[in-house]
Amino acid sequence: MAVTRRVVPIAVAATETVSLYASEEKIQPRTVHGWFASWRWTLVWLTQLVFYGLPWLQWNGRPALLFDLGARRFYIFAMVLHPQDVIYLAGLLIISAFGLFLFTAVAGRLWCGFACPQTVYTEIFMWVERRFEGDRQARIKLDLAPWSPRKLVRRGGKQVVWLAIGLWTGFTFVAYFTPARALVAEVLAFSLGPWETFWLLFYGLATYGNAGYLREQVCKYMCPYARFQSAMFDRDTLIVSYDPQRGEPRGSRARRVDPASIGKGDCIDCTLCVQVCPTGIDIREGLQYECIGCAACIDVCNGVMDKMEYPRGLIRFATQNAMSQRWSTRVMWQRIARPRVLVYGAILLAISSTFVWSLATRSPFKADVVRDRGALARMVEDGRVENVYRLQLMNATEQPQRLRVEVEGLPGATVHAWSDVDLAATESRWVPVAVQIPPQEASTLRPGAHPFAFRIRRVDAGADGHAAELHEKSTFIVPR
Amino acid sequence: MSDFFSSGWSVFIAVATVVSLLACLALLVFASRRTQMADDNSTGHVFDGDLVEMNNPMPMWWVVLFVATVIFALVYVYAFPALGSVSGSLGWTSRGELKADQAVAAKDMAQVYAAYSSVPADTLSQDPKAMAIGQRLFINNCATCHGSDARGSKGFPNLTDNDWLHGGSPEKIEETITLGRTGVMPPMAAAVGSATDVHDVANYVLSLSKSPHDSIAASAGKAKFAVCAACHGGDGKGNAAIGAPNLTDGVWLHGWGEAAITAIVNNGKTNVMPAQGGRLSPEQIHVLASYVWGLSQPRRTAAR
Repeated sequence: MAVTRRVVPIAVAATETVSLYASEEKIQPRTVHGWFASWRWTLVWLTQLVFYGLPWLQWNGRPALLFDLGARRFYIFAMVLHPQDVIYLAGLLIISAFGLFLFTAVAGRLWCGFACPQTVYTEIFMWVERRFEGDRQARIKLDLAPWSPRKLVRRGGKQVVWLAIGLWTGFTFVAYFTPARALVAEVLAFSLGPWETFWLLFYGLATYGNAGYLREQVCKYMCPYARFQSAMFDRDTLIVSYDPQRGEPRGSRARRVDPASIGKGDCIDCTLCVQVCPTGIDIREGLQYECIGCAACIDVCNGVMDKMEYPRGLIRFATQNAMSQRWSTRVMWQRIARPRVLVYGAILLAISSTFVWSLATRSPFKADVVRDRGALARMVEDGRVENVYRLQLMNATEQPQRLRVEVEGLPGATVHAWSDVDLAATESRWVPVAVQIPPQEASTLRPGAHPFAFRIRRVDAGADGHAAELHEKSTFIVPR
Repeated sequence: MSDFFSSGWSVFIAVATVVSLLACLALLVFASRRTQMADDNSTGHVFDGDLVEMNNPMPMWWVVLFVATVIFALVYVYAFPALGSVSGSLGWTSRGELKADQAVAAKDMAQVYAAYSSVPADTLSQDPKAMAIGQRLFINNCATCHGSDARGSKGFPNLTDNDWLHGGSPEKIEETITLGRTGVMPPMAAAVGSATDVHDVANYVLSLSKSPHDSIAASAGKAKFAVCAACHGGDGKGNAAIGAPNLTDGVWLHGWGEAAITAIVNNGKTNVMPAQGGRLSPEQIHVLASYVWGLSQPRRTAAR
């Protein structure tokens, strides 16, 4: 990119010793309105309605979303997940990761600028700040002003609302693990458990500290995604870009003057793009690691361009290639659909559809087979060969189920003295099962392990009308 | 206390801990200042012609956090046993914490078992909750030998067939669990006679339970069985008082068929059920015995 660089003189004698630690300068971003700001607020509303609202939603007389850690059951609308379903969590994380890869390859740090909780809560906290202390100039003035009743009221009001939002966030977080209505009662009666108290305060104060004070510091110094997303950029990634060929040389001018006639570019050097930046950078210096892609500078610059009656887009989402080679928007978008993006997209689509398909066709019960630890095999009455297994039967629904276990894949094998197991709603139970082979059949099998399968099926068709069936593999050992 | 070869290691660890902690702080201070080019905020290092190393200071809150962790570490070192064998001001030990946890658990457990300790076994075996506790006790303590389904294996008695070596009343079962049992069958080959005599006795024993046998050998062995009758009884029905098994019921603890019986007569057998009294409380044993007793009762209650 043809940015004018300052020439760094190498042989400079003047040196001084400085501290490598410095207090960060407080950033007071100016309010911004525009297309991207509206999108950010839309996402703030969407994500927060979901986050704050979900714990209150009821489903069949229980919270629609409840992670009951004590009972190790996770209720998600009609679903009941057991710890054995942790594969779905892995699936969700893989989908999120590939989603992040895809979006980052296409348009950089979209997540950071629009949907990340750090951005979302900072946006909310800054809105509160503006309500009490006014916009950028007023806040800078208030910072410098000596303490007065007026300053105390403004600062105090802001703190109270910040803390309230923080604690409400902490409460909501805990309400995903303890039913919200019960939690309200516990809070009112001061009878919160130790962990509930800890997480409510921890999450609440972390929200307060991160969104109220640390803000861009979290993105700059703490967040690992911020750094590895930069590694996923290439020259065909859409990033927030300043168009130096159009903007430079920058400088102020009267409104009706044609910039070409006075040898200037379109940038009027109003520094609004710097004032609105939540991380305090100057986008005109090119791509910087601090840029979270929030596009506040695009919004504000477009407003200035409108006022100056210049075309919009002096700062815009563009790829580095499009910017340096003056590509049209169409060519740029054609390059964005590059193999990397298509591969990410295909993987994301494949995993997501598998995930949904797997959830939709989920068995209403689960079973795990564990060979008995005590004995490999034994001879019982009449020379029958017997192996013992422990079956963990899990009801993945909220209706009782009756399960029957049979054996397949071994000649003459039967389940000894089986009586159907009645599982209560969401219950998980270990059941010992003895499998027997009559002596005649046993004598035809060579000593050693023989693969077979348990066929576990629901005896009475459930609420969904069809009888489900599971096959769990195991081995049967014939002794010497 | 010398955990290793000598107490010198304790001193080494103490010194290493303190020195590392202070070195962290010293490093922070020494690395905090450096010479910088005055006019352009760079360190004067240029790589690849145009890559300039700038002075990009760490934020002050980061430094504060760093110092806070060192202070936390010092407090921790003072309060807990962090310096080799020094025990720390709180006197905390992992053994003490375990004991305290166990005391809490014992108190909680006592409440659970209090409801069961005076309930007789036949009532208790109808109580699904008590039987669930019994089943867990069984799985954790007994299933290793007797199997998850309590049906045992060769050498390990089946507990569900109502055939008891030492008596099947709930009290006897409690006694068996608490004190353990040792079943001794002495080698009897010399007392019985020749190999043919042993063959005959073995067939007689098989005939007692109407198992497949050689009836001529069996009738020849009947007289020789007299030496066995001292323990197993004249009718072969055994004697629970000394743990002599019933030979007439077709239950074969140490193997089925003539070869297995011959081996036992020739070589004898000592079989041990280890005592559990030191590992389980009397209340636990009561619930466990009720569970085991319930396994062979016709009216079984499923453990829930």
